[in-house]
Amino acid sequence: MRFGALRILKEGLTGNRGWGPHWRDPEPKPAYDIVIIGGGGHGLATAFYLAREHGLTNVAVLEKGYIGGGNVGRNTTIVRANYFLPGNSEFYSHSLKLWERMESDLNYNVMHSQRGIINLFHSDGQRDAIVRRGNAMINQGDDAILLDREALRKKLPYLNFDSGRFPIHGGLYHPRGGTARHDAVAWGFARGASDRGVDIIQNCEVTGIDTEAGRVTGVQTTRGAIRARKVAIVTAGRSGQVASLAGLRLPIESHVLQAFVTEGLKPVIDNVVTFGMGHFYISQSDKGGLVFGGDLDFYPSYAQRGNLPTVEHVMEAGMTLMPMIGRARVLRSWGGIMDMTPDGSPIIDKAPVEGLYLDCGWCYGGFKAVPGSGFALAHLLATDRPHDSAAGFRLDRFETGRGLMDEEGKGAQHNLH
Amino acid sequence: MRLTCPHCGERDLREFTYGGAALTRPEGDWSPIWDEYVHLRENPAGRSREFWQHGAGCSAWLVVERDTVTHDIHAVTEAGA
Repeated sequence: MRFGALRILKEGLTGNRGWGPHWRDPEPKPAYDIVIIGGGGHGLATAFYLAREHGLTNVAVLEKGYIGGGNVGRNTTIVRANYFLPGNSEFYSHSLKLWERMESDLNYNVMHSQRGIINLFHSDGQRDAIVRRGNAMINQGDDAILLDREALRKKLPYLNFDSGRFPIHGGLYHPRGGTARHDAVAWGFARGASDRGVDIIQNCEVTGIDTEAGRVTGVQTTRGAIRARKVAIVTAGRSGQVASLAGLRLPIESHVLQAFVTEGLKPVIDNVVTFGMGHFYISQSDKGGLVFGGDLDFYPSYAQRGNLPTVEHVMEAGMTLMPMIGRARVLRSWGGIMDMTPDGSPIIDKAPVEGLYLDCGWCYGGFKAVPGSGFALAHLLATDRPHDSAAGFRLDRFETGRGLMDEEGKGAQHNLH
Repeated sequence: MRLTCPHCGERDLREFTYGGAALTRPEGDWSPIWDEYVHLRENPAGRSREFWQHGAGCSAWLVVERDTVTHDIHAVTEAGA
């Protein structure tokens, strides 16, 4: 089934009775070449690119819950390529290019909206750091424009420019950044992978990883044993538990990150805006809700909910930056489980068990990485060599100290990012 | 989530700072044990032993037994006690 204007017109005129499920719901087969544990954005994108780039379709994606029910449906939908360090920079740049062709690649409307991201700065020191970051982005081939206070005032007149504590001096504008409809990204990759022959198996929790003489031979699941030559763990906040099934410990602590959405409002915030001093970022969804969040709660959690001190902190930061949002009423809040690495950067690498692969440690930045991560992991699974865009995401960088990617310059220890 | 400090009693979460998994610091020069200590984590879903500091109270470092799934606090003792 292909989506197109004519088809939509026809269905609209005939009561929308012709639409079917977007992907198949097969029974698991006894064996596959590759089993991907985790049917989130990254796992589904991996399956899609395995099929499309490498012609590998004897692949299963095993999902504990339902497609779209994990972190791919629990984020703030921001897509950007404004990283600074080599290793991260080329990866997110590549990922953004994949975003820009995703809708035609998938024949699916993911509502990718390049509305621009503006990172604000509030001091001379922050300005220097932002200029340096902007130059790194331009050197990488991406876009970055330094906005002074007057240019920013025209673009974002609603900000509190004259806050005594955090005066706004300007911002770094990344026009190709923006947002996307997160559920549609999961659905589109699921459909694209399924159409090419990949089995997407929902309600199928992996309960064991089988090894023989140090080599992966398959997985045990709530729907029976499945043999596989290669197994990839792509389970975000649950990476630690799934890796422990293979006897591994990962350099990951799982933390909770909260997000919030208000009632629907008329268009008021055109871009994505981040507050350089107060751990706050905001955008407006196409439904009109203001979607915003801040920092981690800063303690490990799998509860998918946080505590009030962080809620209060985020609201205070929002009110400091743009007092007008005080009139909006918060409808919902939620928490996602973030797989935090010591340096705040991800891992796409072979595990110390032959035939086992890791794609984890996305911290609070996994959504924008969905296509880039899928593309790179598919390359690693198919060729056993890292893709050029993700060669820096090595598992051993913590042990050796070589190639650490600490964007914030805080250090490569847990609980600093 | 509220923590009961052994010195100050039950207090608001705002007074405390999480200080990492309660692990035993290895002895001696660099070895793979240090990599495990600094980087690798059990990362349990369920009962967890953690360091917290009562920074806005008595400043004591505490060992907190906490459930990471329910946020229930099971025990709080002074670290090194």
